[in-house]
Amino acid sequence: MEFFIQLLVNGLSIGFLYGLAAMGFVMIFKASSVLNFAHGELMALGAFVFLVLISWAGLPVYLAFPLALIGCFILGFVVERLFLRPLIGEPLIYVIMLTVGLASIFKGIMLFIWGGNLYTFPDFLPAGLAIHWGSVNIPPVYVVSIAIGLIFLMLFGLFFKYSSQGIYMRSVADNQPAALSLGVHVRKVFALSWAIAALVAGMSGIVLGTINGINVHDLSSIGLKVFPVVILGGLDSIGGAVIGGIIIGLLETFTGGYLSTSLRDVVPYMALVFILMVKPYGLFGLVEIERV
Amino acid sequence: MESGILLQLNNISVVYSDVIQVLKGVSLSVEENRIVSLLGSNGAGKTTTLKAISGLLKTENGKVTDGDIVYRESSIQNSPPETITRLGIIQVLEGRQPFKYLTIEENLRVGTATRWGKPYKKDMELIYDYFPPLKERRKTLAGYCSGGELQMLVMGRALMAHPKLLLLDEPSLGLAPLVVKEIFAIIERINREQGTTIILVEQNAGMALQIAHYGYIMENGRIVMEGSSADLKENPDIKEFYLGMGASGDAKSYKDVKSYKRRKRWL
Repeated sequence: MEFFIQLLVNGLSIGFLYGLAAMGFVMIFKASSVLNFAHGELMALGAFVFLVLISWAGLPVYLAFPLALIGCFILGFVVERLFLRPLIGEPLIYVIMLTVGLASIFKGIMLFIWGGNLYTFPDFLPAGLAIHWGSVNIPPVYVVSIAIGLIFLMLFGLFFKYSSQGIYMRSVADNQPAALSLGVHVRKVFALSWAIAALVAGMSGIVLGTINGINVHDLSSIGLKVFPVVILGGLDSIGGAVIGGIIIGLLETFTGGYLSTSLRDVVPYMALVFILMVKPYGLFGLVEIERV
Repeated sequence: MESGILLQLNNISVVYSDVIQVLKGVSLSVEENRIVSLLGSNGAGKTTTLKAISGLLKTENGKVTDGDIVYRESSIQNSPPETITRLGIIQVLEGRQPFKYLTIEENLRVGTATRWGKPYKKDMELIYDYFPPLKERRKTLAGYCSGGELQMLVMGRALMAHPKLLLLDEPSLGLAPLVVKEIFAIIERINREQGTTIILVEQNAGMALQIAHYGYIMENGRIVMEGSSADLKENPDIKEFYLGMGASGDAKSYKDVKSYKRRKRWL
């Protein structure tokens, strides 16, 4: 039983992180219909920026973490401005190929600077955060990752539901010509969606880096896992991304715990194939409202 | 009533994708606080004229290649829609384009995009006053509303932006006659109470001429006739082609129409 609870908690916290990463991916897809293949690299970049700030610059966590997030946000803006904006209006496949190119560029730069080594963050979380419950041990990182996942989920939920900027973003995703006709600044919305996506990707990169260590290849390959997550949840549902993330996270840890660790990385993709066959819109994908 | 010229189109040509010429020298002028209707058959270039004014041509790979569009003494042709909407020109697209997955209230809030951060609660009340059915359904997703409600929604959404010049593209499309009457009464009220200048594109010429002060007739990318609504209503050609009445004023049946005898062009 303890083993089960331990796995459950691990799966949940990993799942929240996948969900967060996927949320950024879905945001870009919703706003501009672009599949971002550089998502894993954005996660890795976030982790490395944090690494630089915390261990090389020696900043305390409460400074380094927000600074790293702001850095990611700005990076998202810059990427959109430099690479994506000139392609607005071009066929989508060009833009998607561009993100594949961006992925290799980012990866190349990171390998150039940090090489393929495994880094670890200095122990920055207070041990008091850990939860001991009978023989179940929940290390601080997992507690923090669940907390961060919940907080950001709520923040984004409120942002999209109630803030004007969030409503403008949803209007662009819904009907772009109509949004343009009302003066919604569509290019700004694209830029904002990239910035937010880079921010949440970076954040999940940081926390995953704390759990597994920071390595260019590992972190950017997690970007691939975003695909089963979003397809499970529905490509255009932000809430679905999070729930998809949790399901994939649980699947992974339970397979790793009860079956074998080598199956661990395969299971998400098996789930992907299965979901595509049974429910191609995903669990929470938009079912087109059709007026007949 | 003030009667300065708000908008002037001087001999504009519009070309799509660098090759397809749709407008071939359209000139018209719109006085402040007036309703001007733009009539014509399908493909005459009415919608293109509106999109040239609102800047939405750009997103469809169209361009004003000749002539100029003057709004309050400054040229606005080929400006992006973000700029034009902030000058107070808002187009209501043809065929009702709601944000289907947003509620009625959220749809209306998108109308505040040109004045982001300013209070909007009072405007919302005003819109509900003009369109009472919207108030009842304000928490419903727009995708589940009826055609009449959606037409009210898209007009209300545009009003949220405090437009000086409202471009209405076929508000009567696909609506029941009674609903059309209601919508037109509201358009007239908006013009009267808010002082909003309106350009109205319509197929329903009878209704349009009833509420408009002035009218232009378009054909094949050109303006072929203009005049005050009263004059246009009395014009025998308009009567025959747009109002469905013979020269004598009787309703005409299709079986009496001999197509080879019809005068098809003014120019």
